[in-house]
Amino acid sequence: MNIIEEINKEQIAKLTASKEIPDFGPGDTVQVNVRVKEGERSRVQAYEGVCIARNGGGINESFTVRKISYGEGVERVFPLYSPLVESIKVVRRGKVRRAKLYYLRDRRGKSARITERSERRTESDGE
Amino acid sequence: MRSGVIAKKVGMTRVFTDAGEHVPVTVLKLDNCQVVAHRTLEKNGYTALQVGVGTAKVKNVSKAERGRFAAAKVEPKKKLAEFRVSPEHVIPVGAEITADHFVVGQFVDVTGVTTGKGFAGGMKRWNFGGLRASHGVSISHRSIGSTGGRQDPGKTFKNKKMPGHLGTERVTTQNLRVIQTDAERGLILVQGAVPGVAGGWIMVRDAVKRALPKEAPIPGAFRERGNGEAAAATEGEERA
Repeated sequence: MNIIEEINKEQIAKLTASKEIPDFGPGDTVQVNVRVKEGERSRVQAYEGVCIARNGGGINESFTVRKISYGEGVERVFPLYSPLVESIKVVRRGKVRRAKLYYLRDRRGKSARITERSERRTESDGE
Repeated sequence: MRSGVIAKKVGMTRVFTDAGEHVPVTVLKLDNCQVVAHRTLEKNGYTALQVGVGTAKVKNVSKAERGRFAAAKVEPKKKLAEFRVSPEHVIPVGAEITADHFVVGQFVDVTGVTTGKGFAGGMKRWNFGGLRASHGVSISHRSIGSTGGRQDPGKTFKNKKMPGHLGTERVTTQNLRVIQTDAERGLILVQGAVPGVAGGWIMVRDAVKRALPKEAPIPGAFRERGNGEAAAATEGEERA
């Protein structure tokens, strides 16, 4: 198992060399800048929404971002270390009590809001 | 025909390419993979290399085996296998084959012994459909159903697929792409799954159904005995 861990660590080091992944978790509103390839050229597209889950660990870690697009709920799963994810920006910290916010799928509008977390809580909250 | 190598399956992980795709890979480790003996046309009627890997405890090696290893002046090996080679691709005895024997992007065939599943039913072993969940079926939901005709054949035909032992058989998976090699640590990363359990021995050969890339070292990449530096017969242009 040791060799696998070594390879994964090297991969993570290589992939995070040019970018920094901020500390974020479920409930936070994040803006994910994704590289999109259109024919020949590639550009960066922003995808903003609420992070409702983080899954897996190490190089296999991924996170789910949910947003309402034209009245329709959209969820996208990004591998945390994917080279297609150009950068991740935390827009807003949310105060939640679950690790997985799947209950948001059944909610709309007012009931789907997440209260903002004050910065002081962040200090004691963050691991 | 170049020689193959014996490797140990370490496990699986994923690798991200620069294009952003992720590739599932199996990590194979070359653990001191040395040529132990030659099989020659004059003596044996065919040309092959006997390759050994790992290190066995001397007390667990029979006296006869010890003699064979002593003749080759190599440490006792855990696992031995023969690889047929063409006479011009013979690698000297005692040489340690390195991971850059394979070129990134080339295809290989891997052989291993699959994970044992024990005594398995027809659904698991032969992908039978089983019986219905309801409509009067009782107890026999995963049974195999009928095994033959009525009075006319009066018997069940031979080779009828039935429950029995599954797994622990030698299987070759063809045309797996080499994603990465690491000669220092002796690692070969191969795309996709490889038969067998982690820790099992895997035979890796050049793919028989794909052309060997031109930059592949011939007769192979290896470290000759004595001089620690790599002495690949044809110093590959691709070596990083």
